Amino acid sequence: MKKIASVLLLALLISALFVSCSAPGAANINEIKIGINYELSGEVATYGQSSVEGIELAIEQVNAAGGINGKKIVPVKYDNKSEPSEATTLANKLITQDKVIAILGPATSGSFMGQIPVANKNKIPVASGSATADDVTVTENGVQEYAFRVCFNDSFQGTVMANFASENLSAKNAVVIMDSSSDYGKGLAKNFKSTFTAAGGTIVDEVAFVKGDTDFNAILTKIKGQNFDVIYIPGYYNEAGLIIKQARAQGITAPILGADGFDSPTLLELAGASALNDVYFTNHYSSLDQDPNVLKFIDDFKAKYNKEPDAFNALGYDVAMFMIDAIGRSDALTGEAVKNALEATEGFVGVTGTLSVDENHNPVKSIVVIGLKDGKQDSSLKVNP
Amino acid sequence: MEQFFQQIINGISLGSIYALIALGYTMVYGIIKLINFAHGDVYMVGAYIGYFCMTSFHMGFLPSLFIAMTFCVILGVAIEKIAYKPLRNATRIAVLITAIGVSLFIEYGTMFFVKADVRSYPPLTGLLVKSFKLGDIVITMQQLLIVGITVILMVLLQFIVKRTRIGKAMRAVSLDKEAAELMGINVNTTISFTFVLGSALAGAAGVLVGIYYNSINPLMGIMPGLKAFVAAVFGGIGIIPGAMIGGYFIGTLEVMVSGYGNSMFRDAVVFAVLILILIVKPSGLLGKETREKV
Repeated sequence: MKKIASVLLLALLISALFVSCSAPGAANINEIKIGINYELSGEVATYGQSSVEGIELAIEQVNAAGGINGKKIVPVKYDNKSEPSEATTLANKLITQDKVIAILGPATSGSFMGQIPVANKNKIPVASGSATADDVTVTENGVQEYAFRVCFNDSFQGTVMANFASENLSAKNAVVIMDSSSDYGKGLAKNFKSTFTAAGGTIVDEVAFVKGDTDFNAILTKIKGQNFDVIYIPGYYNEAGLIIKQARAQGITAPILGADGFDSPTLLELAGASALNDVYFTNHYSSLDQDPNVLKFIDDFKAKYNKEPDAFNALGYDVAMFMIDAIGRSDALTGEAVKNALEATEGFVGVTGTLSVDENHNPVKSIVVIGLKDGKQDSSLKVNP
Repeated sequence: MEQFFQQIINGISLGSIYALIALGYTMVYGIIKLINFAHGDVYMVGAYIGYFCMTSFHMGFLPSLFIAMTFCVILGVAIEKIAYKPLRNATRIAVLITAIGVSLFIEYGTMFFVKADVRSYPPLTGLLVKSFKLGDIVITMQQLLIVGITVILMVLLQFIVKRTRIGKAMRAVSLDKEAAELMGINVNTTISFTFVLGSALAGAAGVLVGIYYNSINPLMGIMPGLKAFVAAVFGGIGIIPGAMIGGYFIGTLEVMVSGYGNSMFRDAVVFAVLILILIVKPSGLLGKETREKV
């Protein structure tokens, strides 16, 4: 009797040991935690908020269809206040405390790059929908192993816009008004200039501003006296909106070109509808697209949020689907396995185009040039890589 | 040449804003020898009050301007009563540090309520969007409005300071506080009144900037505040006409540096002026040499 009791006790102890061992890793065996680290307030809040709307739509749809291989996705969402240091701190928190398997965001290159060392160290893949700086996924020391993105990089945007200016707008002379306080502005300006001059154009003047400037009358008066066909403004909507408004008020009617930093409702509020004519910018997606995939996304988005989706909504949706697709294909639920699956992505069909991941962790995909008329999207032109 | 005149117009519009803010700095310094670092934030609050009047209550420009000025007066006096008055006899450095604290409190307090996002003023309509052309020179209605309102407020201020009893009391207190008190002047009321005038001007500047640039955020007061401070020092801190001249000078200088030099050096040049003036003539353009009596 005593013997049986001690065997039972031993069995109980052993099973207890197993339970306690497996508890931290698989406490919620039917859940997959994904971190969301975005700019929900601060300087570029509209990028973060829009991206998260897209991400939440994607997660909701996947969960409604049964989750990833039967496992529900649980998003863990934090606001990095548009500050790169805060983004890094949150990445650490998501990985060490919340034990997420992957992180989505942040939206801007600076903040995204801040968290990459943390991701590499902990072997947790991170993906951004809109970090377009050239050196986000590749540095001098080689590719950033755990960093991915679903957007094209700045060199591509600058190149496409320069070609658009010289071919579609037959521009010979251009002025560049650059945001010199961001890598984004500098990267775009550099590639625009090299492509535009290679195509036979001339950069007649180049002026710079910094984040937070509000008075551009002086630099606009300076360039007004010169002979130019187009103005290229590599910068974000807060300053670009004011530049466009003040330029049009001064009577500068030349076409104004920009990049995806223009894509925000705030641009329209700041510049006013009457100023937003003959304005073109490169973007990831246009709501004018007639692709069935895009139309379905627009319908779903409208049903949930009751508004027209913008590019950041689409990119947010795509980055979430891109990550979910990889988690579904990975052979184990570890950061490393998901990373390998992400690297193997081929022909992933997203709202912003079909993409494959190249050896530098950049997507190979198409780009759209959007034209504005009275503040509304009026034309869109798809350019393939 | 047209470009030069256009730049002068740009500079005068920008300078008007600096002058309005600099007046508040200089008056407060003149009367209690305090650099009121929270002054730039009163300007920011003015811009937000104007914004809410126009968007939430659909008021016109002039009523919004008036309400913003009134609210800033209340805020300015509250700051004085709560933060500075208890320190009236403390060391100057203690009050200065308090001023920095008040400034940060208002900036981040406002950020808590209205969020850090940039907001834009509602689109202007009717007369306010008109612009005039003189050859190649473009003058917008908003620029005329800024300069016009600034000039009216400055004339009004000169009248109050030079021609009224309270203005006389202000001048007396700034000359010698103890003696003024012995002559029966209520020093506390006079100091509060100085904050009333300064804050009203800052509030007006806030709304004018709102309609001119139509972009406001909770930290918008920092840079213009510092530049207005440079303007006040340039003209001679404590001297009212000095602040006006300083404001217009700094505004024009900034525009000229961006227009004919490199826009990246704009702020550096403004602060180089501050250093230069402190080395060459610390009392400012209109300041008199005063010797410390031992």
